Amino acid sequence: MIDAAIFRRLIKLVVWLVLSCAVYGQAEELMTFSSPVNQTRYDALVKELRCPKCQNQDIADSGAGIAKDLRHKIHDMIENGQSDKEIVDYMVARYGDFVLYRPKHNAATFALWYGPFILLGIGLVIFAVVIIRNRLRRKGESV
Amino acid sequence: MRKVIFFIPLVVFIALGIVFYLQLGKNPEYMPSALVGKPVPAIHLVSLDTDQVVTNVELPKGPYLINFWGTWCPTCAIEHPYLMRLAKKGVPIIGIDYKDGKASAEQWLRNKGNPYKMVLLDELGNFGVNMGVTGAPETFVVNSKGIIVYRHQGALDEAVWKSIQGYMQ
Repeated sequence: MIDAAIFRRLIKLVVWLVLSCAVYGQAEELMTFSSPVNQTRYDALVKELRCPKCQNQDIADSGAGIAKDLRHKIHDMIENGQSDKEIVDYMVARYGDFVLYRPKHNAATFALWYGPFILLGIGLVIFAVVIIRNRLRRKGESV
Repeated sequence: MRKVIFFIPLVVFIALGIVFYLQLGKNPEYMPSALVGKPVPAIHLVSLDTDQVVTNVELPKGPYLINFWGTWCPTCAIEHPYLMRLAKKGVPIIGIDYKDGKASAEQWLRNKGNPYKMVLLDELGNFGVNMGVTGAPETFVVNSKGIIVYRHQGALDEAVWKSIQGYMQ
């Protein structure tokens, strides 16, 4: 019984700690936007761009210093009336295509974007050829 | 002829194996700089030594290094003695004091020596963003035409210098 009580308290403590961290993490960087549209654009952009310092995090998620700087940069650029494309181009000019979570369509990424569909197409063709051949052969046998 | 078809998966498997094997041991953190092949971006920074604004006109004419550092950066402390050696060899290094304060930078250089031809203050890290810097230390090689030809992330040492020396022309 006592164990259960202690256990429940422990859980409460853990939950409290986790929640307080979350609140802290958000409070650390409060950004104000002149319009809700800008806020939405900001939220989308920071998820679309990869943190150049940390391989598998977007700018929104990362605690790295550079991610924080870039968040502020994006905020300022949005508030200065620059378009999403301008902001993305700005980042790519400095950090390369690496920062794009959605790779560009170009010669280098052709296989990445279309390779699976090409392979699927080849597979379908082979599948069809095999089936047709088998059918033709069976017809030949029955005659 | 028909038998050959059955070996296609094996051939594909071996080809992929070779491709993946060649990628082993490579540093996945390595990120090519988007600035290689481009001129040094516009500089408008205050010099630590003169308190004057420095622009691109005042940059060295020959090949030189741009080194981002900060007193907050432990790896920069490790790198510093090697920069001193390079400076002694006559390699011109432009230091960018990245996201740092003037007072601490001056103290650092007084204590450890100053390997830099010129130290420019980038307190907010804006120039760092323009150079695509993700942290310190980071070093760029600029050739005599003013084009960035190489970027190294992390501390410079003998081994790194050997590989980038060839770009200094």
